[in-house]
Amino acid sequence: MAVGVLALQGSFNEHIAALKRVGVKGVQIRKPEQLQSVSALIIPGGESTTMAKLAEYHNLFPALREFVKMGKPVWGTCAGLIFLAEKAIGQKTGGQELIGGLDCTVHRNFFGSQIQSFEAEIPIPEIAAKEGGPPSFRGVFIRAPGILEVGPEVQVLADVPAPSTVGSLEDNAGPEKKVIVAVRQGNLLATAFHPELTADTRWHSYFLKMVNETSEEASSSTSLSSEELSSSDPSKYDLPIFQQ
Amino acid sequence: MAGSGVVTVYGNGAITETSKQSPFSVKVGLAQMLRGGVIMDVVNAEQARIAEEAGACAVMALERVPADIRAQGGVARMSDPQLIKEIKQAVTIPVMAKARIGHFVEAQILEAIGIDYVDESEVLTLADDENHINKHNFRIPFVCGCRNLGEALRRVREGAAMIRTKGEAGTGNIIEAVRHVRSVMGDIRVLRNMDDDEVFTFAKKIQAPYDLVMQTKQLGRLPVVHFAAGGVATPADAALMMQLGCDGVFVGSGVFKSGDPARRARAIVQAVTHYSDPQVLADISCGLGEAMVGINLNDEKVERYANRSE
Repeated sequence: MAVGVLALQGSFNEHIAALKRVGVKGVQIRKPEQLQSVSALIIPGGESTTMAKLAEYHNLFPALREFVKMGKPVWGTCAGLIFLAEKAIGQKTGGQELIGGLDCTVHRNFFGSQIQSFEAEIPIPEIAAKEGGPPSFRGVFIRAPGILEVGPEVQVLADVPAPSTVGSLEDNAGPEKKVIVAVRQGNLLATAFHPELTADTRWHSYFLKMVNETSEEASSSTSLSSEELSSSDPSKYDLPIFQQ
Repeated sequence: MAGSGVVTVYGNGAITETSKQSPFSVKVGLAQMLRGGVIMDVVNAEQARIAEEAGACAVMALERVPADIRAQGGVARMSDPQLIKEIKQAVTIPVMAKARIGHFVEAQILEAIGIDYVDESEVLTLADDENHINKHNFRIPFVCGCRNLGEALRRVREGAAMIRTKGEAGTGNIIEAVRHVRSVMGDIRVLRNMDDDEVFTFAKKIQAPYDLVMQTKQLGRLPVVHFAAGGVATPADAALMMQLGCDGVFVGSGVFKSGDPARRARAIVQAVTHYSDPQVLADISCGLGEAMVGINLNDEKVERYANRSE
């Protein structure tokens, strides 16, 4: 099974390294035709405007929308979440192109600039139930987006206290002061934080289970023969995972 | 740890003593999000918008680009915070700014106005010719220049969450950048093949902390994100840096000192993504207009910014 990772810009190497840890080959996707060789796609973190521009230059958007429409599993982290959202606010002047498909409204840079970036232990009941392990996950939020509204078909997987209460844990924030940071809608998965920057691979294996379920339903429609073709990239060393 | 009298020598993961509020992982995290991208020098909000539209993953806010600093001379300092604020308001991508080497108050000011990354840069005039800023004291992350592996690891030990090779800024001449990248990568290759017993002496030779040298040996690369800088003027230059093993590219004077900045910026962004595809590189290199005027570095009168700090 090959999982594509959109390799225009951002943390695609980290995703490929994380996939390797769970025993799956990640394939870098830079051109529309490369999407045909993979059964699922991860859109990594990065600068969403940069990735949108690069996708536009190489005419990737129609192919990506088609990929989502076909019901193939797609997971977006951070910038990838913005890509998948139907609606995004807080964009640059003139806006940016999105793939869409995920029925929610995303606020770009919801948590502010780098100085407000943070790490938090976030409760993930759904993932912990399916994948085991501790009930919380070390979420790394880097200039992260937040999900403001979700449609009826969207399942909320995790939320965190809204920024005004971040840092002051003594304050018992009401449920209305939470912001959604992880969702699933059918075959679309999206997280505002970066599981690829941590050693915990539960989100990756959760996504792979989504991939397996889909390929069983679609029975042998996925061809895996092209794996060798894309293995020409020399193995690149990757950054360590920092833990504090 | 304070007060308990316990001191960890090498801590967990070899990089320690960061404040709780902004752990090293969060500092490196932003650099990781910039990987495979281009960071462009801009001097006003209008240029910042052009850079954002072209697909830059971050902008460096400056009063003068390095080529102008070279031409005009004088003392180059941190930019006016007002200018940096204006640039920050104009774009949604991360904004970096330069502080003088060793000038920690400039860095404090940049932190106060909420900049995303500080470049402790040799392009500005030095404020301290012996000490760099203790970057562990800050919640904002820092990027620092280097010419070789030892210099890179010294900066990481001081708290830099990202490294760029120095090159020779404002010259449009790639030779120094190539020299510095090759020096870092070459040393890492030597290190990888070295017996563990020899690493102590090697660390002493390159004047770098032993723990970071050992970590670099195990990883086979620098332990933080590594960009190239100083002299990138064409898409081919940018792709060269990527093929030599860098994670991304800084472009200083190369974009806005050229004939058609918007087009050149766009081409360099594409070149960094498709760096290993000569067909794409050929397409995007066509008809870009005039490149910036280069400076021949054989001329001894040209000041070497890279040699300003160790």
